Amino acid sequence: MLQVSIYRYNPETDSEPYMQEVQVDTGGKDLMVLDVMEMIKAQDATFSYRRSCREGVCGSDGVNMNGVNGLACITPLSERVSDNKLVLRPLPGLPVIRDLVVDMSLFYAQYEKIEPYLQNDTPAPAIERLQSPEDRARLDGLYECILCACCSTSCPSFWWNPDRFIGPAGLLQAYRFLADSRDTATDARLSKLDDPFSVFRCHGIQNCVNVCPKGLNPTRAIGHIRNMLLARAT
Amino acid sequence: MVTAVTSFGRSGLSDWLVQRVSGVILLAWFLCVGASLLGGVDYASWKAMFEHTAMKIFTLLAILSLAAHAWIGMWSVGTDYLTQRLMGPVGNVLRLAFQIACSLVVFVYVIWGIQILWG
Repeated sequence: MLQVSIYRYNPETDSEPYMQEVQVDTGGKDLMVLDVMEMIKAQDATFSYRRSCREGVCGSDGVNMNGVNGLACITPLSERVSDNKLVLRPLPGLPVIRDLVVDMSLFYAQYEKIEPYLQNDTPAPAIERLQSPEDRARLDGLYECILCACCSTSCPSFWWNPDRFIGPAGLLQAYRFLADSRDTATDARLSKLDDPFSVFRCHGIQNCVNVCPKGLNPTRAIGHIRNMLLARAT
Repeated sequence: MVTAVTSFGRSGLSDWLVQRVSGVILLAWFLCVGASLLGGVDYASWKAMFEHTAMKIFTLLAILSLAAHAWIGMWSVGTDYLTQRLMGPVGNVLRLAFQIACSLVVFVYVIWGIQILWG
């Protein structure tokens, strides 16, 4: 039997959050953490969390498993569980709505700030804006982000300043548009980032890189943004 | 764009660059002084070393680097932990008081250092 400790909080009935101990019979199989959560929910339908695709594509079930953020649907128990004990908590740093469901408004507000869409002030061509294979290759490792928030909520700078530091997820996307050969708003985008908080709260501790379920590297993207700012202003 | 009027250079890039360059200057100064300490010093040789104009200028550069480095670092710490988000409105009062205290300490160290070097 797997010992699972789950974070429970229902603001309508609980004065404060508490940890609930549950035992789950995994039948000796190396299940995904989401499977275990589904088994718990089958026993207690009030247990709440987000999930959708259950294959690491939608980014809904980002949770903190034994102290490390990740997607429950693609994290096998063998990767996180030691001593037969699994502790499930909501993503840290964001307000909890209920159980493992967090309010992502601050996260999305930062994403919105970086204007995550292509901006081009030249007349639109008849069919499409073309890009060379080399220019397209520069977007690899950037566009794959699914906005699960595992990285930003593992970053202490984002915990302390979620309203001012854009966070690794937002900055990875900021660089995705800065690096896009079809985007002509590079200068305006950089101008909006040159303050002591938006980019420069990153101290390079790489928690984001450590937890990204898609294997992306926001720290490297932040370094590129810094270099672009440096090249422009010195 | 987030407004910050108490940061060292009012720009994230400028603060970042100043902190890196000042860090390198401080490392060079400590290596220089460390090397002379390893070679063995007595009062006379220590005094002679700091009476040299080049060493005085280098040390002044190190003191000014320390002042900038410390201000940028302490400002970051203050704006991380002493905030309204973490402490409520009292956070704003504490942060400003902390920043004033830090700037006074930095000022005293700079003046004191100059006095030691040329006093």
